[in-house]
Amino acid sequence: MTGFWLIVHRDVVMAWRQGGDGLMAIMFFLITVTLFPLGVGPESGILARIGAAVVWVAALLATLLSLERMFQTDFEDGSFDLIAIAPLPLEAVVLAKCMANWLLTGAPLLLTAPILAMMLHMDREGLAIFVVAMALGTPSLVFIGAIGAALTVGARRGGVLLTLLVLPLYIPVLIFGVGAVEAAVTGQSAQPHLLVLGGLLLGTLPLGLWASTTALKQALE
Amino acid sequence: MDDTHPPSDTSQEVGVAIGAKKPQKKVGVLFAGRGLVCVRGGRTVFVGLDFALEPGDALVLMGPNGSGKSSLLRIMAGLLKPAEGDLLWHGYAVEDDARSHYARQHYVGHLDGLKVAMTVSENLSFWTGLRMGEVPSASSVRNALSAFGLDCLADFPARILSAGQKRRLSLARVLASPADLWLLDEPTVALDRDSVAALKQAIAHHQQHGGMVVIATHSEMALDRARPLHLDRFVPASELAELQEDAATVLRKNGHKAGKKGRRL
Repeated sequence: MTGFWLIVHRDVVMAWRQGGDGLMAIMFFLITVTLFPLGVGPESGILARIGAAVVWVAALLATLLSLERMFQTDFEDGSFDLIAIAPLPLEAVVLAKCMANWLLTGAPLLLTAPILAMMLHMDREGLAIFVVAMALGTPSLVFIGAIGAALTVGARRGGVLLTLLVLPLYIPVLIFGVGAVEAAVTGQSAQPHLLVLGGLLLGTLPLGLWASTTALKQALE
Repeated sequence: MDDTHPPSDTSQEVGVAIGAKKPQKKVGVLFAGRGLVCVRGGRTVFVGLDFALEPGDALVLMGPNGSGKSSLLRIMAGLLKPAEGDLLWHGYAVEDDARSHYARQHYVGHLDGLKVAMTVSENLSFWTGLRMGEVPSASSVRNALSAFGLDCLADFPARILSAGQKRRLSLARVLASPADLWLLDEPTVALDRDSVAALKQAIAHHQQHGGMVVIATHSEMALDRARPLHLDRFVPASELAELQEDAATVLRKNGHKAGKKGRRL
């Protein structure tokens, strides 16, 4: 278990010292969402209608930004050879990497998203559900993204390929994430949507770990 | 480390000649490879390679560029699967229990696995901690660093290290935790004379305590109980011709010399 926390700690400390990666995704998120009121106009009706979708789409894209370097740097500098022959199972390594990635991008997204949603005139009932939906949805985004990151490790121009691979897989999270907020705003129960998001998380966790591990083993050969 | 030493009946054992098709069951041979074949990207790098190591032995891999020294080390580390053949530890196939094989070796490859944003001691204690499953004590990290003269740089970021210092930090990793088998890929590249001496001393100490070392090198390193293994002897004839054609004149000469030495063995 120590090895697991060592990897989480190392990734977080490194990102903190280098400053770039985690911060970049959040800045991207803030700017993208801010562009919409500027483009659409300050009419509160329209913004409230599209608000949840805009923030969710921006969150998907911001998560994508941080994925490319998830395994790439470790492969380039030879770290992965040493990680592969460490006693920690590769699945645990991937889980540690996903956790560090979520702490660096998912958690800040979760903190800033309500503020942005308020800026887009999302009402109070929607806001609470929106935060719960984000909390359930963002880890799924990381686990799905890890598969893409592991598959494109070592590929040239992996970032573009990664986007093409991963974005279609994000569609269910987007649909139910937005659906939960819409339901809450229109006075219906958001529970079914949230349950599906929870189910997606439970599904993507083992699937993401297994698929990423298999892809990484392939890449090591 | 000591509990993995073979029983005391090693004295009866005569070293198994490298390349000879002997059964691995002989007492004393701890780590052996049998009929190893390596194929990389469709090219056959070597075929029918055998080796055998007893505790305290050093295997020196020699051969021209592309003859498969690094590939063989990666196979020995378990990072690469041989196309054919077996690796044996105490006569048992390594792949049956890959995890324990990982635990008894140190692998130092071409790439150093260092993170430039972390300090020198953080890098070392991360790798040692990951391998041992517990955070190493500050003193053991210091000791390993000072063996390669890096203790004065412990709290500086790895970014400022020169190529040789990075190499020394990779080698310090080997000293920071015990292992029976050291796999070193060109460890002397970029090292100054003092560091080469320190490395030689570390290897000698490791061997005296029953450790084994496999080292790929171009430079002559006088090691005790060293067994040379010329990889170009295992290169398929057609591939060897190609290899030598590709290489520059100097390289071709080296390959030829190594070949001669190999036959003399």
